[in-house]
Amino acid sequence: MTFISNLINGISLGSVYAIIALGYTMVYGIAKMLNFAHGDVIMVGAYISFCATTYLNLPPVVSVLLAMAVCTVLGVVIEGLAYKPLRKASSLAVLITAIGVSYFLQNVALLIWGSAPKTFSSIVPLDSIALFGGKLIITVESIVTVVACILIMILLTLFTKKTRMGKGMRAVSEDKDAAELMGINVNVSISVTFAIGSALAAIAGVLLCSAYPVLVPTTGSMPGIKAFTAAVFGGIGSIPGAMVGGILLGIIEIFSKSYISTALSDAIVFAVLIVVLLVKPTGILGKKIMEKV
Amino acid sequence: MKKTRKLNKFTLTNIKAYGIVILAFIILYPMQSAGLISNSISGQLVPICTYIVMAISLNLTVGFLGELSLGHAGFMSVGAFTGVITAICLQNAVPAPALRLLIAIIAGGIFAGIAGLVIGIPVLRLRGDYLAIVTLAFGEIIKNIINCLYVGVDASGLHISMTNADALGMVNGQLILNGPQGAVGITKMASLTAGVILILFTLFVVLNFVNSKTGRAVTAIRDNRIAAESVGIGVTRYKLTAFIISAALAGMAGALYAMNFSTIAAKKFDFNTSILILVFVVLGGMGNIVGSIIATALLYMLPELLRGVADYRMLVYAIVLIAVMLATNSEKAKQLWERTSFKLKNNKEKERGEG
Repeated sequence: MTFISNLINGISLGSVYAIIALGYTMVYGIAKMLNFAHGDVIMVGAYISFCATTYLNLPPVVSVLLAMAVCTVLGVVIEGLAYKPLRKASSLAVLITAIGVSYFLQNVALLIWGSAPKTFSSIVPLDSIALFGGKLIITVESIVTVVACILIMILLTLFTKKTRMGKGMRAVSEDKDAAELMGINVNVSISVTFAIGSALAAIAGVLLCSAYPVLVPTTGSMPGIKAFTAAVFGGIGSIPGAMVGGILLGIIEIFSKSYISTALSDAIVFAVLIVVLLVKPTGILGKKIMEKV
Repeated sequence: MKKTRKLNKFTLTNIKAYGIVILAFIILYPMQSAGLISNSISGQLVPICTYIVMAISLNLTVGFLGELSLGHAGFMSVGAFTGVITAICLQNAVPAPALRLLIAIIAGGIFAGIAGLVIGIPVLRLRGDYLAIVTLAFGEIIKNIINCLYVGVDASGLHISMTNADALGMVNGQLILNGPQGAVGITKMASLTAGVILILFTLFVVLNFVNSKTGRAVTAIRDNRIAAESVGIGVTRYKLTAFIISAALAGMAGALYAMNFSTIAAKKFDFNTSILILVFVVLGGMGNIVGSIIATALLYMLPELLRGVADYRMLVYAIVLIAVMLATNSEKAKQLWERTSFKLKNNKEKERGEG
């Protein structure tokens, strides 16, 4: 029974990673940049939802929608102000700017909400489900998380495969110049990618803090790094890859925590990542890049 | 003719790099001894020196080898804890603090170099962002393992355990590394002089390496790996050499850094520290050693200088960082620069024409 309960916890944590990883992977796919500020957008989303429920007494669903709206605007503004002028600059310059944005968001959060941790109340105030006479306990949060992850995955796949905008985004990620020649507005495509990624980050923030209810200005950074590894793990730039990578990473983390060592769990997660990358250098579902001389 | 000009450029960089460091030392040392520098800044002098060494060594990987490393603090960590353990073990055997510090720094460098070899062999097979993420992963792994490490010393030698301090089974021993609490009971031995000597040593190693045959091969690999391979440069070997040198220097810096505090924990050398050093390197200019030195000194002091705005200092730091990156890298800023320099050039030519 502990095995099954660990598995469920792993899938649930992995789903959160997967949702965050989707943001990383989409932005990487289309703008070829590592958006290090993504983890901090998660934190902002969680804080907004926290404020909406605690101070404004809004219902949880409304608070999530509000967080998504704020994060979407935030993502588009960040992209427009900080990343857009650097479209043609070296990737390292963009990376450092993203780090600057990350510092900026953390410190603004520190000024607004202070460094004292806030206790996040779960968005689904229901009791856990006990199965097999109390041997297996499944929290409602984990069910909501997994369902949300699957829904997001389906919607996102439909969006990129069926809609005009989604097809345009895929074209831009394939070849920016050719897409532009075909009449696709590259700038709008990139903005929309950031908007979607940031909205997903808000959802991930709320789900993450529902499961682990301590909220501080640096809440987003470690899950951010892990989700980023998950994106690389599954093959960065690939949407199903982010899903597979995230869930595998979550399962590995929970299993190593309960069977090997709590303190070493992060090291084990990263060690698995290294082994995977050495065997398959572009990740599990990544495309092989041909090199031209 | 061409050869002499190139030689001049090399000596010029050398003079600039060594000159800045020596000049800063000449100004700062008497000021520190006379007590003219406030305590808060005086305490920052050794960390600044170590971060300058870190920036120069990371510049070797990022600027000259052209590979993005996000785990440089990991090597610093290895060096720091090896250095501390060595220094405490030799407390009775080597009474002179200066010599003990030197041995500790060398030990830190050697162990970090070995870590660089072990990590470099798999890592350097990968490219670009994948290489970056694996260095990040190694940095986190190093931090995590040291967090679980318990080391103590007694009459019969070193005791190492991964479970807890009691499992060491020491008899009247001294606990050196106490898991997540880090190293305790360090004798502070670092000084500004030691820091400056380490910077000069680093400059000597890096500047000569870059201008050696191996160094030129490394820059050739950075500029075009396939072309370099096709003229018979063994890519892996040269990359590994540069990576190990970079790691060893970082380890030495780490050992010196640790000797500046009485306690130090592994969480000091996390991802954020790696990023901080990377910021120094990128803002100073990749492949520009003098730039690394100046950027590190300025940026490290910036939060200190912004104490007047207390709560807002890290915010200001973030804004400065973004603004500098936008000003130096964006399309519009570049066009603006070009236009102004073009105008200046035109004016000069006009003056010349009139004259």
